[in-house]
Amino acid sequence: MKYDVNKNGYYGSFGGAYIPEMLYPNIENLKKNYIKIINSPDFQKEFTELLRDYVGRPTPLYFAKRLSEYYNTNIYLKREDLNHTGAHKINNTIGQILLAKRLGKKRIIAETGAGQHGVATATVCALMGIECIVYMGETDMKRQAPNVARMKMLGAEVRPATCGNKTLKDATNEAIRDWINNPVNTHYIIGSVVGPHPYPDIVTMFQSIISYEMKIQMLQKTGKDSPDYIIACVGGGSNAIGAFYHYLENTKVNLIAVEASGLGVNSGKSAATLVLGKPGIIHGSKTILMQNDDGQITEPYSISAGLDYPGVGPIHAYLAETKRVNFKNATDSEAIKAAYQLTRIEGIIPALETAHALAILEKTKFKKNETIVINISGRGDKDMETYIKHLTI
Amino acid sequence: MNRINNLFINNTKNILSVYFTAGYPNLNDTTTIINTLSKSGADLIEIGIPFSDPLADGPTIQNSSEIALKNGMSLKLLFEQLANIRKTTNIPLILMGYLNSVIQYGVESFCKKCKETGIDGLILPDLPTNIYVDNYADIFKKYDLKTIFLITPQTDNSRIKYIDSISDSFIYMVSSASTTGAKSDISEAQQKYFQKISNMNLKNPKLIGFGISDKKTFESACQFAEGAIIGSAFIKALTNSKSIEKNIENFVTQIKGLRPI
Ligand SMILES: Cc1ncc(COP(=O)(O)O)c(C=O)c1O
Repeated sequence: MKYDVNKNGYYGSFGGAYIPEMLYPNIENLKKNYIKIINSPDFQKEFTELLRDYVGRPTPLYFAKRLSEYYNTNIYLKREDLNHTGAHKINNTIGQILLAKRLGKKRIIAETGAGQHGVATATVCALMGIECIVYMGETDMKRQAPNVARMKMLGAEVRPATCGNKTLKDATNEAIRDWINNPVNTHYIIGSVVGPHPYPDIVTMFQSIISYEMKIQMLQKTGKDSPDYIIACVGGGSNAIGAFYHYLENTKVNLIAVEASGLGVNSGKSAATLVLGKPGIIHGSKTILMQNDDGQITEPYSISAGLDYPGVGPIHAYLAETKRVNFKNATDSEAIKAAYQLTRIEGIIPALETAHALAILEKTKFKKNETIVINISGRGDKDMETYIKHLTI
Repeated sequence: MNRINNLFINNTKNILSVYFTAGYPNLNDTTTIINTLSKSGADLIEIGIPFSDPLADGPTIQNSSEIALKNGMSLKLLFEQLANIRKTTNIPLILMGYLNSVIQYGVESFCKKCKETGIDGLILPDLPTNIYVDNYADIFKKYDLKTIFLITPQTDNSRIKYIDSISDSFIYMVSSASTTGAKSDISEAQQKYFQKISNMNLKNPKLIGFGISDKKTFESACQFAEGAIIGSAFIKALTNSKSIEKNIENFVTQIKGLRPI
């Protein structure tokens, strides 16, 4: 497929593996083996069974009747929030833990922002009886406290990242440093389509189940396997690529990715990477990132810990460059409003990350006969402390 | 001749390379540190370009980078500070940093500026060999910038030979699987690894780095290689110093056992 990674690990000019020599053997090992392992029948069997019986897939495609009436169009919700652990993140961690086992790794590390990837990693480690260490920015540990508690109960060690803004970028730095220090026994489960090749491809493969199911469900429900629009939020971009993947070559489907613009794109407090960023290298990958003229990576800001990241996955940099995906953004307050709206109108409390995707409904005019799928990447339990502050809305 | 090559032609033992982060402890210490190191008996200097996200570095260098950036250091300013450095010292100078700094400066402008300034080599830990060979080798060579690559205990023999074949200055032997930072001792396993590399008769000389912190670890590293590199321990020696000149002299003297001139 023309949007897949090429044999050198690039999407157009983006991607690659800009890694220190200390990680060379690990990345080589992954590169040589991941496709073979993932495509093997025993892997596929175990992966499919766990997704069905443990995670609860397929997740429903739900026709949101009242929301559709409100916007005078046809809105479907892809319910990734109904997955075990409450977000799409577990699609990837199930896949990666099976990969790690087949690579003979005995120790798992991960980074997390919102804590959903950390919880999903801690969960699969408990399931497989493997040691688990999760790096999380100190700021995020405070704003996503329920997920910190969940990880601990699951038996993971949560290590605070105390550099920089103490958010997702800093947690990722710490996880990479851990891997440098423990190259032989450890597998790093990256939580989004970021990092050095082949990680973006691995995570894409595991998340693409979302659009795979969506095609079947759309056909069943509407008689057509594709909607007119698919909308998803983007931190690193894993739920978005999952929701887009099987539609990338069907250009009739409009793909909308939504970044977090915090207090406003030009407020200096934003995470709208594709508006504010330029090409460079972050976490081992060439992509678009927020940086100053000296090449220092800028501290991003968003109310949502999972979107508070100064880069995007290299595949998204490429999809934006080729204009296959339309990148938009939503502010903190637009997201909060959208979260309350979905909650009051459909009885679904979405994750703050997901709320950014929902906010596009208010900002775009859709036609009466059009169909729209919004990827509900996660549920909002973890965000109650933030939501409740806005109860008077 | 490139000053790094010249160094290794004339010296094959106890070469001391010192790393410091530009802009630390104070913004304008750069030339003082270089000149004092040079006078005190260091053989080679690695000037760290501070970066916001130094992935391969441990806490000491992370911290010095953060402070350097807060002090206002940038690559542009670093080149300004170094503009006249060749009037005062002929010691080989290497810039060490992350590739993003070079890309944002502009690769060709960066190389030109290095040449004008009298920079002899580059260590860019996140520039892997294949990307170097495909995209950077020609332009770095055009400006006589030697690129130094790392090998680690996990690097297999065929890759070590490959890295030797694309190198033309020295090989940076990372002493253990780790980020930068001082550990107190060199283990038997590490000695075995050093010995193995030493027995491979590579065409390039080798300097051992990561975890070299004092006279003892410096001397044991020097048994297996042409010399060693000290970074974090030197940064610590600069921290809270009343007179950085004095601290630098003492530091180098302690390691090399020379009297300051
Ligand atoms: C519910 C939810 N949605 C979205 C994201 C953003 O990540 P990505 O862009 O990789 O989907 C996160 C990340 O933590 C999340 O928890």
